[in-house]
Order: sequence, then structure tokens, then C-alpha cells
Amino acid sequence: MSNAPDIDPETQVDTTGHEWDGIKELNNPLPRWWLWSFYLCIIWGVGYTIAYPAWPMVNSATAGLLGYSTRAEVAEDIALVEAANGPINARLTAAELTEVSGDAELMQYATSAGGAVFRTWCAQCHGSGAAGAVGYPNLLDDDWLWGGDIESIHDTIAHGIRNDEDLDSRYSQMPVFGEILEEPEILSVVQYVKSLSGTPDNAALVTAGEEVYLDNCSACHGDEGLGDIYQGAPNLADAIWLYGGDTDTLIETVTYSRFGVMPPWQGRLSEAEVRAVSLYVHSRGGGQ
Amino acid sequence: MGQYIKLIVLGLVALAAAIAANYGRDLAYQVHAVLIMLIAGAMFLWEVRQTDEPRIPAPQNEYMDGVIRAGVIATAFWGIAGFLVGVIIAFQLAFPALNLDWAEGYTNFGRLRPLHTSAVIFAFGGNALIASSFFIVQRTCAARLWGGNLSWFVFWGYQLFIVLAATGYLLGGTQSKEYAEPEWYIDIWLTIVWVSYLAVYLGTIIKRREPHIYVANWFLLSFIVTVAMLHLINNISIPVSVYGSKSVQVFAGVQDAMVQWWYGHNAVGFFLTAGFLGMMYYFVPKQANRPVFSYKLSIIHFWALIFLYIWAGPHHLHYTALPDWASTLGMVFSIILWMPSWGGMINGLMTLQGAWDKLRTDPVLRMMVTSLAFYGMSTFEGPMMSIRAVNSLSHYTDWTIGHVHSGALGWNGLITFGALYYLTPVLWKREALYSLRLVSWHFWLATIGIVLYAASMWVTGIMEGLMWREVDANGFLVNSFADTVSAKFPMYVVRGLGGTLFLAGACVMCYNLWMTVKAAPAKAPLSTAVPAE
Repeated sequence: MSNAPDIDPETQVDTTGHEWDGIKELNNPLPRWWLWSFYLCIIWGVGYTIAYPAWPMVNSATAGLLGYSTRAEVAEDIALVEAANGPINARLTAAELTEVSGDAELMQYATSAGGAVFRTWCAQCHGSGAAGAVGYPNLLDDDWLWGGDIESIHDTIAHGIRNDEDLDSRYSQMPVFGEILEEPEILSVVQYVKSLSGTPDNAALVTAGEEVYLDNCSACHGDEGLGDIYQGAPNLADAIWLYGGDTDTLIETVTYSRFGVMPPWQGRLSEAEVRAVSLYVHSRGGGQ
Repeated sequence: MGQYIKLIVLGLVALAAAIAANYGRDLAYQVHAVLIMLIAGAMFLWEVRQTDEPRIPAPQNEYMDGVIRAGVIATAFWGIAGFLVGVIIAFQLAFPALNLDWAEGYTNFGRLRPLHTSAVIFAFGGNALIASSFFIVQRTCAARLWGGNLSWFVFWGYQLFIVLAATGYLLGGTQSKEYAEPEWYIDIWLTIVWVSYLAVYLGTIIKRREPHIYVANWFLLSFIVTVAMLHLINNISIPVSVYGSKSVQVFAGVQDAMVQWWYGHNAVGFFLTAGFLGMMYYFVPKQANRPVFSYKLSIIHFWALIFLYIWAGPHHLHYTALPDWASTLGMVFSIILWMPSWGGMINGLMTLQGAWDKLRTDPVLRMMVTSLAFYGMSTFEGPMMSIRAVNSLSHYTDWTIGHVHSGALGWNGLITFGALYYLTPVLWKREALYSLRLVSWHFWLATIGIVLYAASMWVTGIMEGLMWREVDANGFLVNSFADTVSAKFPMYVVRGLGGTLFLAGACVMCYNLWMTVKAAPAKAPLSTAVPAE
């Protein structure tokens, strides 16, 4: 390499004198603003690690001068809200459920709290608007499988349905009629059930179906198919279907039965929360 | 002699794969075993047929460009594949029916998402890095690639890794670590390929005929070495059976999370940043035909970048089971990393000093400069999002997705396209590209696509973060998760359109490169020999 500096004609800056496949490098200094910004970031970083928990030592890390902790910060936020809502939660827990709707302030609180509980825990199955889905009941209408008064709703939410976790869980089971009835009997009873709320596909089967129905189904669903909330037996005459009212789905339901499960919420949620979400569901439109 | 060993090895591999296919416990493993058996068998037959063919030794006084040509083709191919899967999953999120009931379990979002990320990062990005690093290291060392056909082994071995990983995801073979999904036997294979890559690269640097090592090679070497280390440590796992794909991670709980994000963040830092800076340091000065702005800046920002990046991983785990001290350090190192990252942008942009007018006439250079602008933007956004308070809003939202894509599409994508536009005429000895007009089309399609993508994800990410934390007067959450999902729908459609534009641009590029090879006039051979060996 020669000693004479190699000057770039465009910028009048000298190069390092190296060249790789035609690429040279200029000897420009570090941009000042870049360097000072870098220094400032480092100084800030040192200061921040003194103020906040940062450097690992032998047994634990430095705690930082500000005594900051993400867990403590969250706990503090939660404690604030709980302290603010403590008295009204106590009132809600002590109140008669049937009388809450008469107390405007308590009812407003309960539906707001219940709405939050619902959107967090219930929306996954029942939908964020509570309109339900296939297999998960719509909570906006006035068709209730296990009763739509506030006490029944509270009981259902607290203990759940057909679960093994809570001894007071609501429980009932439809038999697997595929093992009891012959196929023609199932086809005809399905036509009869369809006739209760509309038009059957095959009117000729209805009379035979009625006989099958009265022998096998009416004990739970009632002679007129109006259902029984004490056994969670759905009303079959109201054109509201949990799993679907078309012929194929009904054949499947009768043949294999259904076994919808809901977990118990007592224990997982506080009593105030269970009450709040019961009142929220009760107030959605169909509460009795 | 070498040929006999090769035949024995291939025969044994085919036999072992046949046994493995027979005893295989799951579909992914069985399919892979059959695939390896067929490949090894075919290579065995081909080798046998070649035994009496005369071997023509490769000319040692030329650069080894065949493997780079293959790499350029592979980069373009995997790019299109990866972008296409990206567009599909973007629309799957907007229209869930596209998850196709009949293909459930194979082409639903959960299976395609890792296919997309691996295809764009490791297949498209990885092939771009391997091909361009082989090109750069030969040119800047004035030496032919070390190791003879070892570089071909690296190329084909890497393609096999991609195929095994991709088919594994679709068939359910995954260890469920983001960006490190491939199961244990694929990890072992990648280790073998990667060590060969390091050997070829280092061997070429060692036998270089230039007195100094060019800055691009520092970055590329740091990328190869660090990725090897990250890969080995994050994939420490014990197979449940040698005849199955499932394995169990050795680290557990928050330690596993920390190792995973130490890996994940440095995959960004060393694969997508250091490696691509190596590309930038060669192709930008070449395309602009200007000297690099500052040698000093390149040294300082290189060492600062590789020292600082390795500590920044914990910022992915703010407000989790990770102790506060680790989270603080991750955040502090991320912010100090801001200027070293920008050093690369400054050095790239300022290299245009005295050549800014070329931006008006050279769309390839414009693409490279835009990639540096996106690089600067996302390396500012990254440190900002690592601040705990910002992260509490941005984490788990689409803002993160937008951030990643402004970096991946803008920086990695555009600099790779620029490199492909530079490499194709050189490697196929053409006068120039087939059409600069089509490059301009590609530039605008890609840029508008990226802007739509990033902007829609900012809007939906911040909206979603605000909706999640919205509480009423009593401190109760106002929105359910499903409410945020339905609110995001229009932005999901915009994002899909942005991706479609980006994909369309890449298709234009493939056509242009194809026509360059096929139809552009050949370049007259150089009168002086290249001093290679």
C-alpha cells in the first residue's frame, strides 16, 4: 500500500486504502449525533438498572432504588378495585336474589360486573352476545332448559350441568334410543316431533310416531312435548333447537342421545360474581 | 475410493430409512423416512451409473458460481411459496371458512402458520443468505469456495431440511417452539448442514488472497456462528423414541421460555439483521458504485450490535413468570441496541453520498435504499416496543405482527430482491436486466403492499390493545376477546390485500429474472482473467 492517501473525488474524503472487488471504504468519522445518542442510551441504561431490579447477584438480583415490582404493581391495582367494590359486593352477597332488581344501584352494579364475568368466562361457549351456538343454549330467549327464574339460573351457574366436579350439579340423561328402538320407530318418532312445531317431511309417519313418542319420550318431555325444567328436558314444541331441528340432526339426537356439560362456577368465582353473572343473564331478556 | 465410501453410506442410509419407515410411530416420521429412503436410493443408483464416467475436475481458476445460481433460483422459488402461504393464512384469519373443513388437520391456520414463517425466514431468507454469502465471500476474498463440492452439499442439504420441516408441520411433526418447530432428527440434519456451511465459509476466508477481511464477511460469519449456537441450545431435547418424531424439551417452564426467546430474538438479530447487513454491505456499494461511508462506523456498530443483541431476548417475556430483573435487562439492552442498529442504516444510506441522483434512474438501488429505510424504522420500533409500558399495550396484539412484517417484508424482502436483481445478470453473464420498468413495478407493488400491511396492523394492534384494557367505572372489563376479533375484521382484509400486492410484485420479479436469463443479451467475456486461484 502506498503512503499517499487515496482520496475519493466525489466527497474529498480519504479512503482506508483497502479495496475488495472494487469496494473501498471512506475514512469518515463516526457521526457525532449518532455517537452522542449512543452514549446517552448507555448512560440512561445504567441509570435505569440502578433504579429498577436488574443485576443478578449470587442469591438474588439487585432490587433497584425505586423498589419496583411488576407483581406488586398488579396486586396494588387489583387491591384498589377490590377495596372500592368491597362494600357493594358484600351487599350483593347478602341480598335476596329476587329483590336485587328493585335496588337500582345494586342492579346496575350487578349487571356491569356480571357482564364482565360473562365476557370473560361464558362467552367462549354462549357467545359474547349470549346468543349461544349449536349445543350451547341461547340465553336471550325465554326458552329455559333448567328454569329461567333468577334462583334457577343462579343454581345452574353455581353448580353447572352434568359435571363430575360438583355433587349438586344439574343432572339428567336421555337414553341412547338407538339401542332401544328399531330404525323405523326412530324415523317415525322424529316425524312426530317435527309435527309438534311445524310440518313433518312425511305426514304418513306421524301417527305411528305419536305412539312411539307416548311410550318412550313423554315421561320426560311431556304428553304435549312441552318439556320439563326439573329434568332439563327440552320443550319440543317451540321450534327452538339446541342441536338443530332438521330431520338428520333429530335422528342423530334420538339415536345417540346428547350430553351437554357445563362446569360449576362456585369456587372458581366469588359468590358475588356468581350472583352478578346470574343477574346479568336473567336481565338479558328471557328471565322469568 | 471416495466413490465406494459414498455408495456404502448411501446404501446404509436407504436401509436405515426403510427400517425407520417400517417401525415409524407417527405419520410425519413415516413420510420422512420414506422420503429419505427414496432420495438415498435414487442417489445410490445414480452414483452406481456414474462409476465408469470420466470425472472432469472443476476449473480452479474460476469462482464457483453454479451453486449460487441454484441458490438464486431456490430463493425466488421459496419466496413465492412462502409469500403465497402468507397470503392464504392472512385471508384465513379474515374469513375462517378458508380453513377448509375437508382439509382440517393439514391446511388449517395452525398448521400453515409455521409453514409460512419457516418458508419466508429459513427457506427464502436462508437461501438468500447462503447464496449471497457464497458470492460475497468469493469476490471479497478473491478465492474460490473452499471444500470443492461441499458447498453443493450445503445447498441440497439445506433444501432437504426445508422440505422435511415443511412437510413435518403439515403432518403434525412439531416441537411447538416458535421459529424452531422442526423435530429432533431434522434439527440434527440441519446441524450437519450448518457445520458444513461454516467450514466452506471459514475455509474460503482462510485461503483468501486479500490482506483484510471485508466488513460484509464479519457480519456473515457472526451470523453463521451464532445461529449454530442458538440452534444447538434451543433444540436440546430427548426423543421419546428413535422411531417417532416426538421429543421432550430438556428445559422446563420459564427457563424453557427464556431459552426459546433468547433463540427467537437472536434469530431476528443474527439471521435477519446481521446476515442481511452482510448482504447490504456488499450489494449497496456495488450497485451505487460508491465507497462505504465509514470504516470506523462499520467496526463500532458491528461489535456493538453483536454484543448487545444477544442480551435483548427477555423483552419478549415482559409481565410473565420471568423475574423482573431479567425483563429489565432485556429492555435496557434493547434500547442501547437502537444506535448500533442504526449504524448499519447510516452506513448504507450515506454510501450513496455523491450518487443520490442514481435513485432517479436505478430502481434496483431505490429498492435497496427503501429496504434500509424500513430497516431503520423497524429497528427504532423494536426498542420502543421493548419498553415495559409500551409492551403492556403492544404485547400479544397485531402490532407485533405489523412490526415483524415491516422488518421482514421491508428490510429482508427488499434487500433480497435487490441482491437477486444484482446477482442474476452477473451469474448468468448478461449485459443487464431484462426490464428496469418491471423492477419499478415490483418496487411500487411491494412498497404499497408493505405500507398497507404495516399500517393496518398498527391500527388493529393498538385498537385491540386498548380494547383489552378498557374498564368501566367499577373496574370491570368492557370487551370480550371475541369483540376485539370482530372489530379487527376490516383491517384483516386490508392486510391480506397488502400481502397480495407484495406477492404480485415478487411474481413480476420472477418473470423479469427468468427473461433476463432467457432473453437478455449475453455479456462479452472479460478480457482479463479473474484472479481466483
